[in-house]
Amino acid sequence: MALLETTGLTARYGDFQALFGVDIALNQGETIAIIGANGAGKTTLMRSISGVLASEPEAVLFDGEKIGALPAPDIVARGIAMVPEGRKLFASLSVEENLLIGRYGRAVEGHWNLDTVYDLFPILRERRANPGTALSGGQQQMVAIGRALMSNPRVLLCDEISLGLAPVVIRDIYAAFPRIREAGASIVVVEQDIGQALKVADRVYCMMEGRITLTGAPATLTRETIHAAYFGH
Amino acid sequence: MTSALDTIIQGILLGGLYALFAAGLSLVFGIMRLVNLAHGDLIVLAAFLILVLVTALGLNPFVAALVAMPLMFAAGWALQYFLLNRTLGADILPPLLVTFGLSIVIQNGLLEGFTADSRRISAGGLESASLALGPVNVGVMPLLTLVSAIAVIIGLNQLFYRTSLGRAFRATSDDPVTAGLMGIRPKRIFATATGIAMVVVTIAALYLGTRANFDPTIGPARLIYAFEAVIIGGLGSLWGTLAGGIVIGIAQTFGAAINPEWQILAGHLAFLLVLLVRPRGLFPRAVD
Repeated sequence: MALLETTGLTARYGDFQALFGVDIALNQGETIAIIGANGAGKTTLMRSISGVLASEPEAVLFDGEKIGALPAPDIVARGIAMVPEGRKLFASLSVEENLLIGRYGRAVEGHWNLDTVYDLFPILRERRANPGTALSGGQQQMVAIGRALMSNPRVLLCDEISLGLAPVVIRDIYAAFPRIREAGASIVVVEQDIGQALKVADRVYCMMEGRITLTGAPATLTRETIHAAYFGH
Repeated sequence: MTSALDTIIQGILLGGLYALFAAGLSLVFGIMRLVNLAHGDLIVLAAFLILVLVTALGLNPFVAALVAMPLMFAAGWALQYFLLNRTLGADILPPLLVTFGLSIVIQNGLLEGFTADSRRISAGGLESASLALGPVNVGVMPLLTLVSAIAVIIGLNQLFYRTSLGRAFRATSDDPVTAGLMGIRPKRIFATATGIAMVVVTIAALYLGTRANFDPTIGPARLIYAFEAVIIGGLGSLWGTLAGGIVIGIAQTFGAAINPEWQILAGHLAFLLVLLVRPRGLFPRAVD
């Protein structure tokens, strides 16, 4: 049984339907990537899983439990943490406070704490007292990832973490992923950068217009099939 | 010379009272951008609660205030969770309308229960006690008021910047949706904030009720002083709120020293003057 699974997941914003029956599965220890053009529904999918958008209870299963209708605080308490698109650091909080808020209100056991996050991203240790928003884009992304790790999640959702960052910075951030996997997290990355997605993921889902159009291991996918699934022609 | 010094000191002490009126308002506004028009009436309500505890149970007013604090915390928590949370959103009008209505409900409820007679909480002779500080005499109650105001502001600042709850307050104020992703429940955070504001309201009520007469209708006038203190200080800055209270307090005592009829007017004029020179207040927050 998959650790995290969506079945027939739909989502709408008022009259606009953004997802039309999306089925994805994430197995224990696996990293999957979700690729697709702008507006394909990738971020909506992440928002539905993380509880920002409510769904039908049975549309999202986590460890066998129906979690589709739960609000965000209940989802993170169960072990699914999100790195939101655009990083969304808290402007009134320092770097260290941003990290600490990742485990608000609960005692969490596991590999990740302030020290291990600082070991993962040493630059953050130097900048710990700065306001979160005073950092460079790449460093802010490190804070956002560290903040999600602080809850020691079983599933880490990463929404467009390479957006707006220089290639060298993106490489640095993805270099941390093997250690995040080793520490026990299963990972979902949403990417527009197909090359990066194929490199990091065990399996890839391609989305277009609110539907999954292609799925498979990176080695089995050709440039042509991805292109067709991405753009529909 | 001594009389000018005396006037300034009395003004600073009066400013402590206004800062206490304003601190709860500032706290609630800072966290959830909610302007509570019933704030002054809630102070009066708390004063009546203390009065009841003093007269019915024979408690010392300070003990009565300690008893009233958890009750007011619970009332504030419930008020926010079950009523005011429903008014929060992109539109700023619903919270204004609902708290305006609440103000009327509280005033009329108190009129029904306690009549329009003015009351006073007896502090057992403490209200007429004074200390000689150099050339000026300082009332014990006004001094306690200022000390309490400073203690409240230090306490709130420690809460805000040194505790996990304070981090959650600031994070929720920045971005409630992302705060939810961290496991924070914004509605409970807002309820807790209003509960804490009501504890501060209870402290303000203790000094309001022991220093001067009060009746069910005086809330809105206290709300105005509180607003002026918050705006002079700069929205969201608690130390600014204390400074704002002191500015109004000094202006009022100077106005009264010239002519007792000018006391209230002088406070409002000082407020307008500060707005003219510093439209964002004395200590505006960098990020807003």
